[in-house]
Amino acid sequence: MSQYVGMQSIVYDKPPYITEVASVVGKKEGDGPIGHLFDKISDDDKFGKDNWDEAESEMQRQTLEVLLNKAAMTPAQIRYIYAGDLLGQLIATSYGVMDYNIPLFGLYGACSTFGEAMALGSMAVAAGYANHIVAMASSHFCSAEKQFRFPLEYGNQRPLSATWTVTGCGAAVISAEPSIIEKRDIAKRKVHIKGITTGKIVDYGVKDSMNMGAAMAPAACNVISQNFKDLSIDESYYDLIITGDLGEVGKEIVIDLVKKEGYDISRVYSDCGIRIYDEVIQDTHSGGSGCGCSAVTFCAQIYKKIMDGKLNRVLFVPTGALLSPISFNEGRSVPGIAHGIIIEAEN
Amino acid sequence: MDDNVKKINDDMRNKEYNEYVKEVTPTHNTLMNCIHAFIAGGIICVIGQIFTDVYMNFGVDKETAGLYTTLSLIAVSVILTGLNVYPSIVKWAGAGALVPITGFANSVAAPAIEFKKEGWIFGVGCKIFTIAGPVILYGILSSFVLGLIYFTFGLI
Repeated sequence: MSQYVGMQSIVYDKPPYITEVASVVGKKEGDGPIGHLFDKISDDDKFGKDNWDEAESEMQRQTLEVLLNKAAMTPAQIRYIYAGDLLGQLIATSYGVMDYNIPLFGLYGACSTFGEAMALGSMAVAAGYANHIVAMASSHFCSAEKQFRFPLEYGNQRPLSATWTVTGCGAAVISAEPSIIEKRDIAKRKVHIKGITTGKIVDYGVKDSMNMGAAMAPAACNVISQNFKDLSIDESYYDLIITGDLGEVGKEIVIDLVKKEGYDISRVYSDCGIRIYDEVIQDTHSGGSGCGCSAVTFCAQIYKKIMDGKLNRVLFVPTGALLSPISFNEGRSVPGIAHGIIIEAEN
Repeated sequence: MDDNVKKINDDMRNKEYNEYVKEVTPTHNTLMNCIHAFIAGGIICVIGQIFTDVYMNFGVDKETAGLYTTLSLIAVSVILTGLNVYPSIVKWAGAGALVPITGFANSVAAPAIEFKKEGWIFGVGCKIFTIAGPVILYGILSSFVLGLIYFTFGLI
């Protein structure tokens, strides 16, 4: 039977399982509202390294270490790793995963990378090309500021719509079988990826790189409403629909846009960028952003809530703004993309 | 023909969307920003005046004291940049701290610190003026133009 449904979605015949997750973050994220949920918080944003790019690689390396320890697995058991970051030529990923000797697919989906990695990884597992894969994505505030904005010590005023790049790396093991270790079956719920809805590039001509929530909201709206249409469901199917890093501004817009498509998601909708920081205390303005934002929020909070039985059906929609520093200087718009992952607990 | 219709529709949609985004996006309070800038800019000027008076007390003539003051303000700004204090000042003061020479010094010192890791030539050497470069280039250009005008009027 064909597994693709509608225009942009897949529903797996044999859904792959998310068997373990790990998250490593910087100090600011550790101080945030979900700080107690992360596996590892580094007090040193340089992660003991000499510069920001190396720090991000080290953060990825540590995340993989924590993940494999938690899963009690060796690198040799991981067939592929699907990973990415925000830096030019994916340099943080290349150095980050190098020592593990795991075959790598390096991905760039801006801040939606974790969704892209989960989508492609789950496809490989569902197709029988791998037993276990790792999906991973990272971002680092300092390396991202340096590449996309200004040097750290440069004084400027951030607009209220600006988001704060998360220093963090999240990773998940996706497996063909529900559990890696037998005894875990008793304590743990089985969480599978029922399917995916892959986003297309949606560009409504927003040119303000300091308002990425507005640039990405149409892409998120497209994936969410397409997911409903493809699967012939509506918002009541999910306990939670959560986007990656739209922030306060994008949240308002996406609810409005999806309403125009005929669905009212305001009751079940949230955004990782809003959850990770306390805007009032931490002065982050619109919220968190970056590949790490959706990755660590999912791994630390959402996965745990599904495990604890507080959530059963989640539509996880990491969002990305596909701009480059060059395209921005050329006065071009900020194209958006989103990747929908349908995550469900088996009862 | 269909392509044209689609393009017009897209442009309409984008225009409407951008107007809508403008409506829902919060902005800084301009009046408050102006007041902050007024206070901060004033304080920097007072500090400058104190420097000048002190130098003149040491018997330096007014013009030289002014040059010393400029150098002192730059030094203070660079030190505060190195201590990562200057960004916090600008966050509150806005243009009040960006427009004076202290802001210019910050815009040169910050890339120097950031890009030092990329080496003295390709890092600091190439990138130190990434922010200040335009100010220098167009500053020189406009003084050249003004000089030409001044020269022409002098001939008449």
